[in-house]
Amino acid sequence: MKFRKLLAVSVAALTVANPAFAENVLRWTSQGDALTMDPHSQNEGPTGSMNGQMYETLVTRDAALNLQPELAESWEAGADGWTFKLRQGVKFHDGSDFTAEDVVFSFARANHEASDFKEQAKNVVAVEVIDDYTVKLVTDGPNPILPNQLTSIYIMDKDWAEAHDVVAPQDFKAKEETYAVRNSNGTGPFTLVSRAPDEMTELARNPEWWGNDMFPGNIDKIVYRPIGNAATRVAALLSGEVDFVLDPPLQDIKRIEGADGLGVKTVAQIRSIFFGMDQGVDKLRSSDADGNPFKDVRVREAINLAIDKAAIQRVVMEGLSFPTGMITPPGVLGNTPENDASYGFDVAKAKALLAEAGYPDGFSIQLDCPNNRYNNDEKICQAAVAMLAKIGVKVSLDAIPKAQHFPKIQKRETDFYMLGWGVPTLDSHYVLSYLLAGEGSWNATGYNNARVNEITAAITTEIDIPKRTAMIDEAWTLIKADMPYVPIHHQVLAWGLSDKVDIPIAADDSFRPRFAVMK
Amino acid sequence: MLFFILKRLAQSVLVMAIVSAVSFSLFNFVGDPVNNMVGQDATREQRVEIRQQLGLDDPILTQYSRFLGNMLQGDFGLSYRIKRPVDDLIFERLPATLELVFVSAIIALTVGISLGVYTGIRRKSWVSRSILSVSLVGVSLPTFIIGIALIYIFAVHLRWLPSSGRSGTVELGWWKTSLLTVGGWRAIILPAITLSLFQLTLILRLVRAEMLEVMQTDFIKFARARGLSERAINFRHALRNTLVPVITIIGLNIGGLIAFSVITETVFQWPGTGLMFIQAVDFVDVPIMAAYLVFVALLFVVINLIVDILYFVVDPRIRLGE
Repeated sequence: MKFRKLLAVSVAALTVANPAFAENVLRWTSQGDALTMDPHSQNEGPTGSMNGQMYETLVTRDAALNLQPELAESWEAGADGWTFKLRQGVKFHDGSDFTAEDVVFSFARANHEASDFKEQAKNVVAVEVIDDYTVKLVTDGPNPILPNQLTSIYIMDKDWAEAHDVVAPQDFKAKEETYAVRNSNGTGPFTLVSRAPDEMTELARNPEWWGNDMFPGNIDKIVYRPIGNAATRVAALLSGEVDFVLDPPLQDIKRIEGADGLGVKTVAQIRSIFFGMDQGVDKLRSSDADGNPFKDVRVREAINLAIDKAAIQRVVMEGLSFPTGMITPPGVLGNTPENDASYGFDVAKAKALLAEAGYPDGFSIQLDCPNNRYNNDEKICQAAVAMLAKIGVKVSLDAIPKAQHFPKIQKRETDFYMLGWGVPTLDSHYVLSYLLAGEGSWNATGYNNARVNEITAAITTEIDIPKRTAMIDEAWTLIKADMPYVPIHHQVLAWGLSDKVDIPIAADDSFRPRFAVMK
Repeated sequence: MLFFILKRLAQSVLVMAIVSAVSFSLFNFVGDPVNNMVGQDATREQRVEIRQQLGLDDPILTQYSRFLGNMLQGDFGLSYRIKRPVDDLIFERLPATLELVFVSAIIALTVGISLGVYTGIRRKSWVSRSILSVSLVGVSLPTFIIGIALIYIFAVHLRWLPSSGRSGTVELGWWKTSLLTVGGWRAIILPAITLSLFQLTLILRLVRAEMLEVMQTDFIKFARARGLSERAINFRHALRNTLVPVITIIGLNIGGLIAFSVITETVFQWPGTGLMFIQAVDFVDVPIMAAYLVFVALLFVVINLIVDILYFVVDPRIRLGE
């Protein structure tokens, strides 16, 4: 197999040597390298994005985030699962054929105890092979959104995994790294040529890829170098050493736009930023108020009205955000213009509401905030502190690294906190079940609305789509009135690009080289 | 001499034990690694399970003794972040750091000593004065600002050198070197200068001060009276006598170079141990942080030991005094 790979590389090298083909090399950078080449080991943005250049899923999303066939050509829902017709004639990078048994194997691997994709893969309780190119993914009852849940489950070759002893993802009990950590064998448009973690990863076009004639991309070679320091990353783009920076810092956007031969693309990201208020406990931990002011919806509304989201957008975010009234962005099923509208900014009304609720002089509270997770996270919190002071709510800010911040939410040790939420499935269920259902594992607000809980459970099995969408809308309308959170804005993504290359920006911050065109 | 070395070795072991204990107790405050290790959609049960697997809920003393026990058997564990053995990772990254430190030390020594001697001898010339005022920059500006400034001048504006990374490496067995190719040297110049600047100015000022002092002493006057050449006086007699304090400082500062390299490596994305450490801190990758701190402590201890032995060689008074 090594020989085959070598052969493929040397064939590629020969083609390159031919002067008729000028080689298109795309050099790019971002802050964090992929952590592993094992496609089921780490459910983390950069890792999934890098692996997605080499591995493929049954169903994928294009740059506009529409569902598209990848290793499956078509699919249809049934009462207890979905049937997928697989693409025929697809080969893994080592030359072996892609068949139904690889799908069976990959779902078993993604469901393994050491997998980080159990939450997505558990929706598939079994895979039935109907023939070599037809599989049925059996679900626990009807599942209306199964294809949405499959876009991060990469398909591996069963024989390759067995030959290299990687039938299970790496776990922490092992003493050594497994073969799959630094080697890759997918079906995707690029093959792994070399990998030095945190230094450089080189990929080459897979000449055997099934989609070579179907996609506009003309990149022959990808050279990826992670650069952790933001200023250095921008310098690499300005000096022409890279053609593409995935994550330039917001304050450098204007500078990149102003440079010759460089440009910036922006898009609304699938990530919303908001504050949570713990309305579930009887006594707030960090407040001088008797009891829990957040239990009163008037207090929650006052907090919402006192924060000027438009000012945060203008001053803190340099225009790169969309102020909002809900905690999930457009692009996710369930976001509607009515509910997305911001609560507005009205200090007088906020003061009146506080007084009505019995807190004419306000109260004190601690706001917990990460300082290295979201765009300008700490600055947003600082702005909110100043705004809340105007209605008498005395906020002390605790801005700390994410590694200390998120455990506070997980352990429910915080009264008032910042959180951001992205939605890989692009369906409201992913938001309702984690953030708003009473038992949601990221719901640290104590919000527990019987109807919202009921809807959250019902939409997992409701296959009548209009009815399901109506239920989701009902839940969001209830939430809009209950105000368990203070929605701030949806983040905006910005990519820095050289004029030599055209790459469609995608709201999930994932680089899709199959659409990248070098001029 | 042997007794002296043994005594120093025993002290070193004590130092190492204290360093590892202190660093380990600090890890309690860095945060919870589990949140970084699983996707946001992992359930509470899965998080608890990983905490148990890693033994994160055990008392800190239990965790420390387990760490010590494993370490003494040569097992530093698996990185939480990239799930690879920590000792592999450190050995993989070490050549980059050592080469960077080596080149910086050479720059700091050659430039620092020669400028020090020059400014010491020609202390009134305007060249000396301007060297001294420029050297203030090296002492007062933080490393990352110097690094960013060099990147913007030499990579972005002049485009002479690459802004970051370690290119042009050649593998010599397990040692990956960047000192054998032009590309490698081009990549190492900016980080090496950045890293060396502080030490360079320190050495310059130290050598200059020592030279000024030595030049006043009687034996230099006698040497002059004997009619020795200026060259012999300056380099054979004066410079030699300035070297004892310089060696001490250099010895301590090579450790300092490795410690400072954390910042330089971060600015230049130099793939050494310092960059790895910063990433580990960000991620709360306890196995890497623990192993790195123990490793740096070991390095300081060894360097100090070598410096002590060098005293014996350079200064006959210490030998005779024993």
